[in-house]
Amino acid sequence: MIRFSQVNKWYGDYHALKDINAHVKAGEVVVVCGPSGSGKSTLIRTINRLEPIEQGKIEVNGQDVYGKHSKIDELRSHIGFVFQQFNLFPHLSVMENLTLAPLQLKRANKAQARVRALELLERVGLGHKADAYPLQLSGGQQQRVAIARALAMNPPVMLFDEPTSSLDPEMVGEVLQVMKLLAKEGMTMVCVTHEMGFAREVADTIWFMDAGSIIETGTPDEFFGRPKSPRAQKFLNEIRH
Amino acid sequence: MHYVFDFGALAQGEYPALLLRGLLTTLALTGLAWLLAFTVGILLAVIRLTGSRVANGIISVYVAFHRNVPMLVHILFWYFGVPQLLPAPVADWLNSHGSEFLLSMVAIGLVTSAYVCEDLRSAVRAIPSGQAEASRALGLSFFKTMRKVIMPQALRIAIPPLLNQTLLLFKNTSLAMAIGVTELTASGREIENATFLTFESYAAVTVIYLSISFLLMWGGASLSQRYRVAGGR
Amino acid sequence: MWEILKDNALLLLIGQYPYGPVGGLAATLGLAAVSLLLAFPGGILLALGRVSPYRIFYLPASAVVYVVRGLPLLMFIFWAYFFVPLIIGRPVAGTTTMVVALVCYESAYLAEIIRAGIQALPKGQQEAGRALGLNYMQTMRKIILPQALFNMLPSMLSQFISTVKETSLAYVIGVQELTYAANQINSVLLTRPLEVFTLLALTYFVLNLGLTALVALTERAIGRKRSGQAVRVATT
Repeated sequence: MIRFSQVNKWYGDYHALKDINAHVKAGEVVVVCGPSGSGKSTLIRTINRLEPIEQGKIEVNGQDVYGKHSKIDELRSHIGFVFQQFNLFPHLSVMENLTLAPLQLKRANKAQARVRALELLERVGLGHKADAYPLQLSGGQQQRVAIARALAMNPPVMLFDEPTSSLDPEMVGEVLQVMKLLAKEGMTMVCVTHEMGFAREVADTIWFMDAGSIIETGTPDEFFGRPKSPRAQKFLNEIRH
Repeated sequence: MHYVFDFGALAQGEYPALLLRGLLTTLALTGLAWLLAFTVGILLAVIRLTGSRVANGIISVYVAFHRNVPMLVHILFWYFGVPQLLPAPVADWLNSHGSEFLLSMVAIGLVTSAYVCEDLRSAVRAIPSGQAEASRALGLSFFKTMRKVIMPQALRIAIPPLLNQTLLLFKNTSLAMAIGVTELTASGREIENATFLTFESYAAVTVIYLSISFLLMWGGASLSQRYRVAGGR
Repeated sequence: MWEILKDNALLLLIGQYPYGPVGGLAATLGLAAVSLLLAFPGGILLALGRVSPYRIFYLPASAVVYVVRGLPLLMFIFWAYFFVPLIIGRPVAGTTTMVVALVCYESAYLAEIIRAGIQALPKGQQEAGRALGLNYMQTMRKIILPQALFNMLPSMLSQFISTVKETSLAYVIGVQELTYAANQINSVLLTRPLEVFTLLALTYFVLNLGLTALVALTERAIGRKRSGQAVRVATT
């Protein structure tokens, strides 16, 4: 579903992503973790070209994201992205936030878009907030709406960039709950997160990153139980204390 | 439509001299009005900052009056209205000594002073209160504090808006032509009337205005860079 | 001064209408409103150019804005006086000239206001729009501009106040707005210029003071809306 081939990225002289080679299979849930500055957010943002890469190839569903002839907007409409800062549109109601893209990109007519939006809002537990405005909602509610908004485009893959890092602790659970449900339903997901409990429970594969490279990959049992690299061991020790 | 632009005609005879005289008048008007504006503006800002409610009230009215009434109306007011207030000999003396220049300078200067005062007030508000407290704690008087600690910082913070005011002042001198001052725009019209070369005359004046404006904008940007409070806003 | 006001109220308010074109205060407000409204399309276009990452849009837009900032409005009026009849092919009323000059002048200032509004929005808004698959123009049209224009309403109202003041320049080309009306009164009375021009100043003063109060109200209302307090929770 997603393939990184020899991906390299620089910010000026700083080598942010080093020789990334990785593969996400359809239906797989990948959690990317690592210390700050390891390049996790950068990595996930290169998938839908929010950040460019200088070398290598990234393919989503067989399509080259950086190809000369790729229509990036078209590609992006098939990739769901959830931001750390939610980024809901404050001047539009929740319903309008969800139906904007499907209507603008002519994926559905007004009636269909509304029905789908309500369906999704029910799924994330916010069906009753359809006519509310983002600023009236709590952080956890806003992020759930953001997830619904991304799902409204029916993407085959969902990317999560630290979705709970901006939330107060008591609201983290409701968002993780939604993400767990999605995983159970078989969605292909890549999540950058610090929530190790979530990773253990839901991830199929963990990618551990440090200083721009993927140092170690493995199943949650392998990674948490028998980390192979010293840096991974150090990281796990630190988060346990 | 002029298919043949005749800039050469402009370069003959007395026209360059006319343009130059207009330019010099504009520059003189700008310079003097600027001095008036900044002197009065800084004074008003300082007085406002003493906190005296009476002073604050009076200056608020002054500022509101000068900011809400168009510059042109101020010029007309000073030129047509004020001499009526003056005793006859003074009014006569003024009239025979280029009252248009003087009175338009006063009008433009005072209006700009209102904006300068407000820009400085905003700048002072941006300075942490600890600055004045520290200075007074050292024993410096209010006015010493203003002069040595607050105003220097305020002026640096206020360079961008003050620069904008200077640019506006420069452009506003063109309004003096309404009462007969032969500044740059008026000179352009004079030449146009004499030569019928409207496009060329206006183009010459436009180029001069733009050159000086760009000089001001560029000079302002470098000034702003140089005098930035190191590591600060 | 009050007698002057009483005797000439009609002239000051609506000029010589119906024995002539609408003038006075009505003309001043009309001129300002029409000019600022007509300046919007240009203002938005210039603003989009100024925030564009492409030099082909950025450079011309910036050039226009810098030229307008560098040239006195009076010169714009004279240029319009010269060019508009040439382009249209027949003589043109002073009012039209004034509107053309003001529209050019104001679109540059509006552009800078709108640009500030666009750049004040969090970058995430654009990213979210693009991440959904909307292209640049769709993101601008549906997400960025609506928010930017709304947030900058107080600044745009302030610009209206500036425009009202700028209409006084129309007097120089004989347009019968408020300042012209006052001059008419002065040339009739001759011996009371101080009162006439004080009256003129006071009229603008009261008008713009009122508009400034409106700006403050708008600022508060928008501040509340932005933080979500003004919108009442419809359902629980």
